[in-house]
Amino acid sequence: MPKPFVFEKPAGMRDTLPVFYQKNEDIKNTIKQEMQSWGYQFIQTPTLEYHDTVGEASAILDQQLFKLLDMEGKTLVLRPDMTAPIARVVSSSMKHVAYPLRLAYSSSVFRAQQREGGRPAEFEQVGIELIGEGTASAEAETLALMSEVIKKSGISSFTVAVGHIGFVQELLGDILGNDNRAEELLKYLNEKNYVGYTSHVKQLPLSSIDTKRLLKLLDLRGGIEVLDDASALTPNEKGQRALEELKSLYSLLEEYGAAHNIVFDFTLFSHMNYYTGIVFEAYATGIGAPIASGGRYDDLLNRFDRKAPAIGFAIRMDYFIEALETKSELPKRQCILYTPERRKEALQLAKEKRSEGVHVVMQDLAGVKNVDEFSKRFDAIHYLIGRTQGEDLS
Amino acid sequence: MNTTLTMAMPKGRIFEEAVDLLRQAGYPLPPEFEESRKLIIDAPEAGLRFILAKPMDVPTYVEHGVADIGIAGKDVMLEEERDVYEVLDLKISSCYLAVAGLPGGIDQKAAPKIASKYPNVASHYFREQGQQVEVIKLNGSIELAPLIGLADRIVDIVSTGRTLQENGLVELEKIADITSRLIVNPASYRLHASRINELVERMRTLIESKEDNQ
Repeated sequence: MPKPFVFEKPAGMRDTLPVFYQKNEDIKNTIKQEMQSWGYQFIQTPTLEYHDTVGEASAILDQQLFKLLDMEGKTLVLRPDMTAPIARVVSSSMKHVAYPLRLAYSSSVFRAQQREGGRPAEFEQVGIELIGEGTASAEAETLALMSEVIKKSGISSFTVAVGHIGFVQELLGDILGNDNRAEELLKYLNEKNYVGYTSHVKQLPLSSIDTKRLLKLLDLRGGIEVLDDASALTPNEKGQRALEELKSLYSLLEEYGAAHNIVFDFTLFSHMNYYTGIVFEAYATGIGAPIASGGRYDDLLNRFDRKAPAIGFAIRMDYFIEALETKSELPKRQCILYTPERRKEALQLAKEKRSEGVHVVMQDLAGVKNVDEFSKRFDAIHYLIGRTQGEDLS
Repeated sequence: MNTTLTMAMPKGRIFEEAVDLLRQAGYPLPPEFEESRKLIIDAPEAGLRFILAKPMDVPTYVEHGVADIGIAGKDVMLEEERDVYEVLDLKISSCYLAVAGLPGGIDQKAAPKIASKYPNVASHYFREQGQQVEVIKLNGSIELAPLIGLADRIVDIVSTGRTLQENGLVELEKIADITSRLIVNPASYRLHASRINELVERMRTLIESKEDNQ
């Protein structure tokens, strides 16, 4: 194997060249516009944060964090997600702004990849956070906005799966009573290992009814009728409340006209462990991973001493773009190829064209080796060469 | 919606048993299925398209979503730790992962060498045992390693124990029971829920009825 060149990038880091950059920008603009038109305000946070605050609060595994030391020896991290930094902002710089807050971001996040170095370790997320709102209306707004953003971008075929971490915890707690046993089962669900879950449940010393209830959890996937099936599984008050919440969420989404893409799925778990209530993921045909995801996180703000319920979602730009078939074109460019004696004239022409919104490159003829090759890159070429006006090189 | 599901199948040991199981579950597969050397085989009547992959690669195809579902050994699942749903134990191709080596103890050394096709499983297992080892990744004929002094122990799958026996090796510790699993891509699991649920249910019923008959 050839040894890495000095200009090679660290594993998982990518360059973005003009054509793809343009496409990415175009789509991002559509998304951002939609979010803004719903009143969300964009903010930016630093790339580096303290490990003790944002690093700890973030739900990304410690081994996936890029860490470095500052001058005083404190550990810093490259932000692994945007939700924790925004929680920090809301509790510090925006401490005196009353709830509810509607914030948005468009930023890169960093997650080190252990396997397959080609996977992105830095990727863009565009998302929103609705902080200080614990109602079903907030949930409906979040989900409706996500659907709208996906639709507006041109993805027509997609599904949004909605689950509820709180309900699952209540169900497990209700049957198992003790946290350790519930923890064990949650671990299997998190790992998506239903075979392990099923055989573990069958080993537990439970009544056959309770065993059935636990196994039935894996079947709680489908349309609105799933909520009734779920309701039959737990008499637990908190569990019932979670289901009521989902029911009213669904009817609110109907009002938004955003209910037809929704499926309920109580087996949906997120690797983000700060979620406390509903969780959701959006899938587009042909893409193997969620293009967008989010959920309710009512405890995170508490870690930053400004307790508040909150909900948000993020679009994962690289997967999102894969789901789109649209092509972006680079803006057209014209070129003024000039010789020094006509520089003034060239400047004047460029100024005029640019004021009309045309993208204009000014190029001294002496700097171009192969004029034919160079000319091909432009939509139109204006030659201002030699002493006489109108002389044409081609 | 009548979508075609793409299924990643492991070539080799598990393949025939998996094909049998699908046929028994009522999926009409073309008779020449087993003989074909094609890598992509369509079974339009069953609404399935198969891709034939190296067993170790099946979870990779499924994780990336180019296959909606797949059949993979638990050994591969443990080694690869892919982000896919493991929905059903197909109870076929059963074997187990074990530590084996030449009879008798091993000489005192800082870190015994372990040869395996499953470096992650091996290193995880010995760390759990509190033993420090050096893991050597091999791609096949693992039994060779202790015989010629490349490694002190091996971690490999054992089905009948014959290969070990014929090479004068003994099984030392059992790590985990292995059977084949039906795995599902997380996005496909929601996008094609009804078709996948149907397939899972048919397979589950079949497997349960087989168990009852035993």
